[in-house]
Amino acid sequence: MSTLYEEVRPSGGADDTVPVRRVELTVNGERRAADVEPRLLLAHLLRNGFRLTGTHTGCDTTNCGACTVLYDGVPVKSCTMFAVQADGHEVLTVEGMATASELHPIQEGFKDEHGLQCGFCTPGMMLAAKALLDENPNPSEDEIRWALSGNLCRCTGYQNIVKAVMWAAEKLGANAESDGADDAGDDSSADGAAANAGGEG
Amino acid sequence: MYPSRFRYEAPSTVAEAVAMLAAADGEAKILAGGQSLIPMMKLRFAAPAMIVDINGIGGLDYHRSDPDGTYRIGALCRHADLEKSAALADAQPTIAAAAPVVADPLVRTRGTLVGSVCHADPQGDWASVMVSLEGAVVAQGPNGRRTIQVTDLIDGPFQTVLAPDEIAVEAVIPAPRGARAGGYLKLERRVGDFATVGVAVSVEMSGGSVARAGIGLTGVGPATINASEAAAALAGTALDADAVDAAAQLAAEAAQPRSDHRGSADYKRHVVATFVRRIGAQIQRSEHEAA
Repeated sequence: MSTLYEEVRPSGGADDTVPVRRVELTVNGERRAADVEPRLLLAHLLRNGFRLTGTHTGCDTTNCGACTVLYDGVPVKSCTMFAVQADGHEVLTVEGMATASELHPIQEGFKDEHGLQCGFCTPGMMLAAKALLDENPNPSEDEIRWALSGNLCRCTGYQNIVKAVMWAAEKLGANAESDGADDAGDDSSADGAAANAGGEG
Repeated sequence: MYPSRFRYEAPSTVAEAVAMLAAADGEAKILAGGQSLIPMMKLRFAAPAMIVDINGIGGLDYHRSDPDGTYRIGALCRHADLEKSAALADAQPTIAAAAPVVADPLVRTRGTLVGSVCHADPQGDWASVMVSLEGAVVAQGPNGRRTIQVTDLIDGPFQTVLAPDEIAVEAVIPAPRGARAGGYLKLERRVGDFATVGVAVSVEMSGGSVARAGIGLTGVGPATINASEAAAALAGTALDADAVDAAAQLAAEAAQPRSDHRGSADYKRHVVATFVRRIGAQIQRSEHEAA
């Protein structure tokens, strides 16, 4: 377990008017820590602090989704969260998808189906796709398009991006079958919703 | 882009948060979903000296019905929680219709209904929905809680009557006087764009007629518009085509759109009327199916 400790400021240079805060979080399964200025964005902690530059900053205005990461398993725009908000939480970036020897099936899908041209939007696309497939292993084409509608691709490669996610869904389904895993994840969203709405009031 | 420097606090109770706001003397902002606040801070439209992050406060992420039918949505209930709720379509059809069209899927995982209402953006979807439902927010301050109707809460564009040391802890929708029906339609140029026009229509049907109606308009005025005369045209009717048509005309007249890059004022008025008719037809269809 390695811990990275460093002070990360948005623009260098010390400023004593606002105290830095220590944040400790899990990034791609590894415990990390940093002292950050409160205004540091999560995207910049990942990129500049932890040197995980697979998280891209595209529009920087909450539009494009290139900076998408999974925050406790939920897809978020990391340019629209402060790094301090990640204290005690888990973050997954694109660097955490593949193992040393194997691409994640979603990455394989993007490779196989030519789901990228310039590749700038790809990390965000893949993480948004992962969040979808974790919750809904057999999405329809419509559901994929809906789930990815917060991620912009300026090469307009949407057709193949959707194919890549369908490819990955199939591969993941086949893997699950050959592993003998059951489909316990199927109804997680409906259960969650029912639990949420079903308070005794 | 970086926001201006600010002090960050993460209270674990509402009372603690209120005390922090009171001590900050009007220089603090509450961070819930942050999907409007953080972009505004990055653009330096907002530069609060202190951020009070309420995400660590437990027990605010609910949406549920009281036994009497009053519906409550906590300050940390995300748009996505509402979007994914299977029970909401029956309990709160207007909210169920709006949740999937707020911003984009990634913003919806963070943003909150209560935060959106308090942000008071004339182009925010939730304020119109809440106006159509005669909704209110419950604000907690140093002297306890008070309930503020959303129509009274919003004071102008991006302005509310909340005191600097008050937190909106939940949104409340009164119990219906009949079976709920309703819808929300939004015209946007692309996913995530602000609404060119949004229309919320909520009705409560009792004995085949409309016991209560509400219509809220998004993006066609300096603030959320409560089209009360249009709604009054529906009350007491069987929601027949003539009544819906009259309401559509009145809603178009209540709109105060401006011509801009999203469309001319006339066009937006036309869309308002069309959306009222469409939602009316949707409700009629589902009533027929139910009957």
